[in-house]
Amino acid sequence: MKGHLGRLAAAGAMMSLMGVVLAACGNSPNANKPITIGISLSLSGDFSADGQAYQRGYELWASYVNSHGGILGRQVKLDIVSDASSPTQVDTNYTKLITLNKVNLVFGPFSTLLTVPASKVAHRYGYAFVEGAGGAPAAFANGLNNIFDVSLPVADYMVPFVNYIKSLPASERPTTAAYPTSNDPFTEPVIKKAQSLLQAAGVKTVYSQVFPAEDTDYAPIAQNVAATHADIVVLGSVDVPTVSAFMQAFEQDHYNPKAFIAAAGPDQGSAFVSAVGAANTDGAMVPGGWSGNYANAQSKAMVKRYIAKYGGTPAGVNADVAEAYSVGQVVEQAVEHNKSLSNAEIIKYLHSGVTMNSVQGQVQFNSKGENGKAVGFIFQWQGTSGTTFNQVLPSSDPNSVKTVYPKPDWGS
Amino acid sequence: MNLTSLYQGLIDGVLTGAVYALMAAGLTLIFGVMDIINIAQGVFVVLAAYLSYVLAVHFGVDLFIGILITMPTLFLLGIAVDWAFIRRLPARDRTTMSILVTYAVAIVVEGVLSVIFGVNYVQLHGWYVIRSIYVLGFYLPYIYVFGFGMAVFLMGAIYLMLYRTRFGRSIRASLQNRPAARLVGINVDRVATLTFGIGVAVTAAGGMVFGATTAFNPNSGYDLISRLLAIVILGGLGSMAGAMAAAISMLVVEDVVASVWSPLWSEVVFFAALVVVLTLRPQGLFGRSFSRAQ
Repeated sequence: MKGHLGRLAAAGAMMSLMGVVLAACGNSPNANKPITIGISLSLSGDFSADGQAYQRGYELWASYVNSHGGILGRQVKLDIVSDASSPTQVDTNYTKLITLNKVNLVFGPFSTLLTVPASKVAHRYGYAFVEGAGGAPAAFANGLNNIFDVSLPVADYMVPFVNYIKSLPASERPTTAAYPTSNDPFTEPVIKKAQSLLQAAGVKTVYSQVFPAEDTDYAPIAQNVAATHADIVVLGSVDVPTVSAFMQAFEQDHYNPKAFIAAAGPDQGSAFVSAVGAANTDGAMVPGGWSGNYANAQSKAMVKRYIAKYGGTPAGVNADVAEAYSVGQVVEQAVEHNKSLSNAEIIKYLHSGVTMNSVQGQVQFNSKGENGKAVGFIFQWQGTSGTTFNQVLPSSDPNSVKTVYPKPDWGS
Repeated sequence: MNLTSLYQGLIDGVLTGAVYALMAAGLTLIFGVMDIINIAQGVFVVLAAYLSYVLAVHFGVDLFIGILITMPTLFLLGIAVDWAFIRRLPARDRTTMSILVTYAVAIVVEGVLSVIFGVNYVQLHGWYVIRSIYVLGFYLPYIYVFGFGMAVFLMGAIYLMLYRTRFGRSIRASLQNRPAARLVGINVDRVATLTFGIGVAVTAAGGMVFGATTAFNPNSGYDLISRLLAIVILGGLGSMAGAMAAAISMLVVEDVVASVWSPLWSEVVFFAALVVVLTLRPQGLFGRSFSRAQ
């Protein structure tokens, strides 16, 4: 009896040992399979320019990771599907990626508009949802614990610009401002906060109107802004066509504000330049957390690889590329730390207060999933060549150059 | 109410409305003669803008001169689309099927444009795009003034073609009674093919002005098509004068509301007005209330 029990004990110990060995190999059946990452991107529709820039960012990250041994020794494979910029389709896409394609991880789409429904799907299935373009308050308003935005929270986008305006001597400080904004969850919080801060600083609001994001005729709105002769224009734009239409109408009306800042559009590098014309870019400003000239070693290396693959100049690299790349970097660090692809473990790790690195700088998530370490900058196109896109604010930052103010005349 | 804003809205509406009429003219002509709802019209506008872009950027051709090349090119494209897809539709479900077929054409054209040009936005440039003329206290952008003139000229030319030429009579006969037109010796299929070509060709002019006033990419056509359909329905399907009147009405209403009230309400007010007009006059402003013999 004793011998029989001993053999059973030995067999049990052997099986346990085998289990440990298999576990150490990392879920043995999958050990050599690539890690699949599901992503829905706007490859057509209104956000297609941003969606394809995101695709480049994700693919650039994946190719870098794969050329350096992958994650946990496994290659990374991106499963990218198009949502045509539709909030309905993005819901379908993530459901399919998770339930049918059974991807290991998911990365976020472009824009808050699509991030909100997508994060709910990911939450339903317990997936961590790390994204780079859903920084508006609406993305964090659902109380989900799985959403993490690696970029700058958008509500504070304009704060460095407001501080700059406040710092100007009284003789140069603008006294009036116009705030046209599209009805988009990304732009409205940005513009509202800038307006309240500037009003508190004594800058009178002479125009404040919301227009439909799907509008195709911006001329009457822009002409009304021009008619106010506001000293500065703070435009709540989501894309290049909106900015381009306003700039064109201002030029046609011979209206040249002292400062022109847009929530999005001028950050799209060569896409912005080709639409508005290089000569018109001079002085246009945009808030953000990154530019192609960002003084960060990882960023410089990424920009170098990007230009080697796609051509162009650092100023021409769309900020979306860096946002997408940062998503990959953050998830990579979480998985490597946990030595596991468990989404629950990733969520736990990202909520632990750990500080991570990315091409956009440091990343540390607060309880809502916003990046508390992100630093907001203001960038400005300078000169008429369409190749100089400088960080200008905050002026205390050593990498900021002098702001061109007042803005030169259009096309000068 | 600020009268200056009101006048500015009126001026903007008339000038831009004429350009929209140019974009919608082909749509209404094609439906009037062929019972085809050309969902691809928005994408054809974008295609026209890209053709102008290629001529301007790579060959230095002025945008307005370029229309002399883009218009025949689009005419041939229209003929090809009709030959390849439209004329093969069964007569019984022609209108319904045309929506699906032309949507497929739109997807294909959009895909080809994306492959060739990418999805980054571009815009057409020229001295008249950024300059304006100052008249009675208002800046009138040259591009809109020239676009308005071109719209009036082309719409007038189409009108003359329809009402002063033998081919125009064939078109109108086909529009009113297809079997009877056949009986009097009109080659209705040939008329339909040429009409589809003309309908697409007209978008060359509208597309150029669209590309000069809006940054565009291959996907930009989808934002346009709902507006163009609203214009031709309000004007009366098949009516050129209706397209002109409806486009100007639509843009005047939208621009005035945006100027004196709020941009958010501009489309709402227009579509509310559209519903009222169609309730009172289901055939549209200039449409006829007969049902066509097939």
